[in-house]
Amino acid sequence: MSEPVLSIENLSVSFSSRRGVARVVDGVDWEVHPGQTLAVVGESGSGKSMTVLAATGLSPRGAKVGGTVRLRGEDLGAMSEVERRRARGRHVGFVYQDPMTSLNPVMPVGRQVTEASEEHLGLRGDDARSRAVELLDMVGIPSPEQRVDNYPHQFSGGMRQRVVIAMALANDPELLIADEATTALDVTTQAQILELVESLQERLGTAVVWITHDLGVVAGIADQVAVMYGGRILEHGTVDHIFGSPGHPYTQALLAARPQPGVRADRLATIPGAPPVPHQLPPGCAFYPRCPVRGDERCRTEEPPLTEIAPGHRVRTFYRAPHSGIERPAS
Amino acid sequence: MSSHDLGPTAAETDHSHGEPLPADRNRVWTALRSNIPAAVGMVILAVLVVVGVLGDLIAPYGVNEVNVDQMLQAPTWSHPFGTDELGRDVLSRVMVAARVSLMVGAVSVGLALLAGVTLGLVAGYYGGIVDNVLMRCMDVLFAFPVLLLAVAIVAVLGPGLVTAMVAIGVVYAPIFARVTRASVLSVREQVFVQAAVSVGASDGRIMRRHVLPNIAAPLIVQTSLSLAFAILSEAALSFLGLGIQPPKPSWGRMLYDGRGFVQDAWWLGLFPGLAIFVTVLAFNVVGDALRDVLDPRQLSQDEARRAS
Amino acid sequence: MTRFVLTRLAQSAVVLLGVTLVVFLLLQLVPGDPVRVALGTRFDQETYDALRERAGLNRPLPIQYLDYVGSALVGDLGVSFRSGEPVTQIVIERLPATAALALFAVVFALLVAFPLGLISAVKNGSPVDHATRVFSQFGVSVPDFWMGIMGIIVFAGMLGWLPPSGYTSFGEDPWEWFLHLLMPSVTVGLVTAAILTRFIRSSVLEAMSQDYVRTAEGKGLMPRRVVTRHVLRNALIPVVTVAAVQLASLLGGVIVIEVLFAWPGLGRLTYDAVQARDYPVLQGAVLLVAALFLLVNLLVDVLYAKLDPRISVT
Repeated sequence: MSEPVLSIENLSVSFSSRRGVARVVDGVDWEVHPGQTLAVVGESGSGKSMTVLAATGLSPRGAKVGGTVRLRGEDLGAMSEVERRRARGRHVGFVYQDPMTSLNPVMPVGRQVTEASEEHLGLRGDDARSRAVELLDMVGIPSPEQRVDNYPHQFSGGMRQRVVIAMALANDPELLIADEATTALDVTTQAQILELVESLQERLGTAVVWITHDLGVVAGIADQVAVMYGGRILEHGTVDHIFGSPGHPYTQALLAARPQPGVRADRLATIPGAPPVPHQLPPGCAFYPRCPVRGDERCRTEEPPLTEIAPGHRVRTFYRAPHSGIERPAS
Repeated sequence: MSSHDLGPTAAETDHSHGEPLPADRNRVWTALRSNIPAAVGMVILAVLVVVGVLGDLIAPYGVNEVNVDQMLQAPTWSHPFGTDELGRDVLSRVMVAARVSLMVGAVSVGLALLAGVTLGLVAGYYGGIVDNVLMRCMDVLFAFPVLLLAVAIVAVLGPGLVTAMVAIGVVYAPIFARVTRASVLSVREQVFVQAAVSVGASDGRIMRRHVLPNIAAPLIVQTSLSLAFAILSEAALSFLGLGIQPPKPSWGRMLYDGRGFVQDAWWLGLFPGLAIFVTVLAFNVVGDALRDVLDPRQLSQDEARRAS
Repeated sequence: MTRFVLTRLAQSAVVLLGVTLVVFLLLQLVPGDPVRVALGTRFDQETYDALRERAGLNRPLPIQYLDYVGSALVGDLGVSFRSGEPVTQIVIERLPATAALALFAVVFALLVAFPLGLISAVKNGSPVDHATRVFSQFGVSVPDFWMGIMGIIVFAGMLGWLPPSGYTSFGEDPWEWFLHLLMPSVTVGLVTAAILTRFIRSSVLEAMSQDYVRTAEGKGLMPRRVVTRHVLRNALIPVVTVAAVQLASLLGGVIVIEVLFAWPGLGRLTYDAVQARDYPVLQGAVLLVAALFLLVNLLVDVLYAKLDPRISVT
């Protein structure tokens, strides 16, 4: 296999506050290869966004980050702040959740799209403008020559997200990070954006890290899936592993809570309880308080290790479901 | 805003739309005490109130005890703040003047609060033409600089304690009207008010029981900050000779009277002004602290950013 | 855009009409006969009758009001009860002194507030930020006339660097003019600076917490460029408004400082008119100030629409 575009090893992020130390991300590792899509799945507060922010040097003030992050094989931790910023701007593109707020309201979209090229590739004037038009065209914005001078509020939500994608792709990045990029959009637009990203990925060979809470999105686009909970990876494997033979009770519960065709909405299974607060993690398995299985007495007191149960399929649980087929936990 | 601005999960419950919890009062109190500047501010205000109430009882000299032999004396042990052009003890006058300043502040803000809240409630609750007319009137009052309007009112009614209170009250009423109206508009749309309307509760009852308690927070903050401005305005009016009239001492008036002497007798300029400054500062600091605690929009930026 | 301007213009006109009513009523609310009160000991029947006639006080109220508004529209604000001169002329003569004071104060305030507010926001929580917050909290709490008095004590009395008060016209001696202007305008400017610093700080903080700033950081822009391109442009739009409103209120609201420093501006004129019970002059000054205030606010709104592309939808 080729060298990974981004690899993170034993990444941790913590905040100290009066209420104690909050470990928001704890011992996370995964990698993503060119042309591949890794989906990082979790509820809000699972640490999925923070993982990626920390990995790209964008963690908020006061965060303590540990572990190793390599972008195109280079250790980001060994870089200076300036080098890290350059590497980020040159090789990584970001697409955020809300296209309403992630664009600067008082700057024409064209300038925003090529701003990173201006900064890192020295693109100026007419070159920058025609590049902006080209990018807007690429993401399917009609009559880009005119639209390039428009302001964000003159676009619809879906079109705005296309602008954000154009902006993310401005420097032909090797890696695209999409943080809940379709969550704020309606279903039709969501599908269009997903399709757009997939086709662009195919054409450009970009690696994609897709952060989402929506397993439906994951099923359509991901090659690899990392399921996060309480700042940790609970399960990591290929799409087939995760959907075909989920090994963790949490993954199984997530899948069971997915809307299914033919099932009425009020029959939807939910996971009772709420995700843990980062500075009050339970001593054992983070999912223990909500776990329907509790298959082992160690679950309450001891953190289960992340173990490989099949090639490329890792699960953090003491509980072993038979690997062939899904065994639904009795309830 | 689009209607699908939902966060990543619906699991997060939203607490901001319910009726306020009674425990909030304790939370405010705790937060104020742990904020050192606010705690200091409250202590200062408490001292001021005590001085204001006891004033002439604890002052070392009588406020109008003229002693020409002792005139324009620099601060000494027997006159820590010096004496004025008539030989009166400046410390005693500063102490007694606290009562007038606090009283004018409290009464004028009380007037502004009463008038402004009533107008704002009516405008916000009934909306339509009533709202339009009332708020245009407030706009007219807003078109005058604060002190100018107060001066104009005094010019008509003649200078004095009551006039000063009325003038300052009129000047600050529009702010309360705006704050109230804005809060009412947002509260009115909320489910529990709609529910009260649907079960046929009377307008007065809905306003008293549901609307007023929910707009209390911004009003408390505004009151505290307005007290600071009102005391400043009273001092300015009195400094122009248009506020409190002798023989009652007031800080602004003391500066006005001492104006001609300050180049030789700095204490006449320093101490009354310092008293105004400290009082206003105390109200401002407490007001800001209250806003930090009560106004949800001011939630710490770090916390807001940290939510992933 | 034109529609927006026209709407605002209409609104301002309505408010201005309300302002004229308030100003008109000022005179009516004076207990007793304003002309008699104004003349006081200088009373003689002939002057009295002439002034009453000239002020139109012998006619019914609604007619008086219409007359007042009509004359005001063509620039006639009546005559002074004291000097008999046209109020319009008296008021206009005082404008330059007040304008100089207000402009100088606001420029000074911006020069202080802009760097302080910006640094304080960017270095949120640092010692610089704390010092700045103390400065602005003190500044909004200090009575400006007291600061002026202390300035006179120190710079005129003890050091003798500046004149304690008074005015020299620019045409006569620019340097003297400047020396006289310095203390009053810096006094007013410091208070204004405190207000603006506070506002700039919170405006910049607000802009820095926006998603588009994270977007810019994601692009790997230099931090300085993130601030200048993305934070400042957004943060300064509301600051322009507040600075202009400050200017507008200074144009009519520096009464105390003008009185303290014997500065012959509109504020001083208002004060003298109150003292002399010269109601037409008081009315004229108040009306002019309110009209200026409305005008500046109108201009600010138009400017705002120009600066913020979200409003200028054509």
